[in-house]
Amino acid sequence: MNAIYVLWVRQLKRYVRSRARIVASLGQPMLFLLALGFGFGPIFRRAGQGSYIQFLAPGVIAMTILFAAIFSGIELIWDRQFGFLKETLIAPVPRIAIMLGRTLGGATVAFVQGLIVLVICLIAGFRFHGIAAVPAAFAFMILIAFMFTALGTGIASVMSDFQGFQLVMNFLVMPIFFLSGALFPLSNLPKILDVLASIDPLSYGVDGMRGSLIGLAHFGMTVDIAVLLIVTAIFLSAGTYLFSRIQL
Amino acid sequence: MIRVQNLVKTFGNIQAVRDISFEVNAGEIFAFLGPNGAGKTTTIKMLTTLLKPTAGTVELDGLDPTVAQGEARKRFGIVFQDPSLDDQLTAYENMELHAALYKVPRQVRKERIERLLRLFELWDRRDDEVKKFSGGMKRRLEIARSLLHTPKIIFLDEPTLGLDPQTRNQMWTHVRKLNQENGVTVFLTTHYMDEAERVAQRVAIIDHGRIVAQGTPAQLKAQTNADSLEQAFLVLTGSSIRDEDATSLDQMRSIARMFSGRR
Repeated sequence: MNAIYVLWVRQLKRYVRSRARIVASLGQPMLFLLALGFGFGPIFRRAGQGSYIQFLAPGVIAMTILFAAIFSGIELIWDRQFGFLKETLIAPVPRIAIMLGRTLGGATVAFVQGLIVLVICLIAGFRFHGIAAVPAAFAFMILIAFMFTALGTGIASVMSDFQGFQLVMNFLVMPIFFLSGALFPLSNLPKILDVLASIDPLSYGVDGMRGSLIGLAHFGMTVDIAVLLIVTAIFLSAGTYLFSRIQL
Repeated sequence: MIRVQNLVKTFGNIQAVRDISFEVNAGEIFAFLGPNGAGKTTTIKMLTTLLKPTAGTVELDGLDPTVAQGEARKRFGIVFQDPSLDDQLTAYENMELHAALYKVPRQVRKERIERLLRLFELWDRRDDEVKKFSGGMKRRLEIARSLLHTPKIIFLDEPTLGLDPQTRNQMWTHVRKLNQENGVTVFLTTHYMDEAERVAQRVAIIDHGRIVAQGTPAQLKAQTNADSLEQAFLVLTGSSIRDEDATSLDQMRSIARMFSGRR
């Protein structure tokens, strides 16, 4: 328990200390929000779908959490290279506690990044349905953060160096983002895109956030919660298993 | 303190460690020497619960590390060949984290951290992030940290690698002081034979996975008619150069070295 707590605190300290990382990771969501949000705004409105910023903001927040969470998980590779992983793996602490501490820390960092982007969205003109929307939206944000930190940790557990990182970004993380419906509505899609979107776990995260923040859910929030809980549980168990097999 | 009997480790069809036996007495400084790829690191990993032996037994302070893993880990401290500090945390935070992981009682934490940081002359820099430290300071901090949970044994895997002569000298002074004043058993590996000769009470030389000689430095020199331990070592292990295949870990280390300046 104690080990989980100290590893969580460690991750937060590292996050707060690397200001460059905080600023750098906000660049991309802001670009999406401004370029796409305002760029596609007129077309979206003409198509009778209302304000694109309203539609896009939950997607951009989810995207931020996705990237931050995967990155937090992948940070494991850094820890392996800079050696700190050894210090934790040789300590008289069960591996699962180390895995949980890391995942909690990474997920917290990803959630905080999401919060910052939520504030930026509010500044850019995004408005959600009253304060009652907040707890549900936070729950979805936390689930997304957990799910992808666990995924990142699992991937990093089997990757011995950074060679594979680009591969993971291009063939896993980017598709997860682009196929999730973060950028476009999921209704009336071509069949193949429809199938891909519905097997993408982030779709349910984005959908849940949209449902709670602006009352527009494609799958329905019960389905969203259920899918997210199941997938998070799977990723967490798989991640824990892969992490437990790391050899020094 | 450490008793190894007929220890064997095979990876596929490679025999890394072939039936070695030795003992390390409580309170002594024991040097485990050998050329690259001789089986030193594999042996240390088996002694420190990181690898399971293929055959043979290990006893660490009366415990079997393969069975009582957690308990065994509390009995030893280890300084790895590569750094294992979090360089974005301060020296003090690194110590605190270790204390928490090893469940050092809260009441003694502060006082013990202060004593060790003072002993290794790092107290004045306790609130600096480790990335600002020199190689020698990092190594000192790692040794200090490895002692925080008052282990009975410490494993030092090439603790002076890459350090200048002054720092190396100072490092050994610290190690000897620790051994004399606190009675900590020291198990070390090094490629600097003069250091092993100066510091260690007993030495074992491993080559091709077998122990080819063990005894006091004087005994080994007498056995091989050599004037120095270095000569004795060359007589016992031959003078051909051992090439290790670069593993992905080695590649990672070189990347880490490249990036460590920038982070």
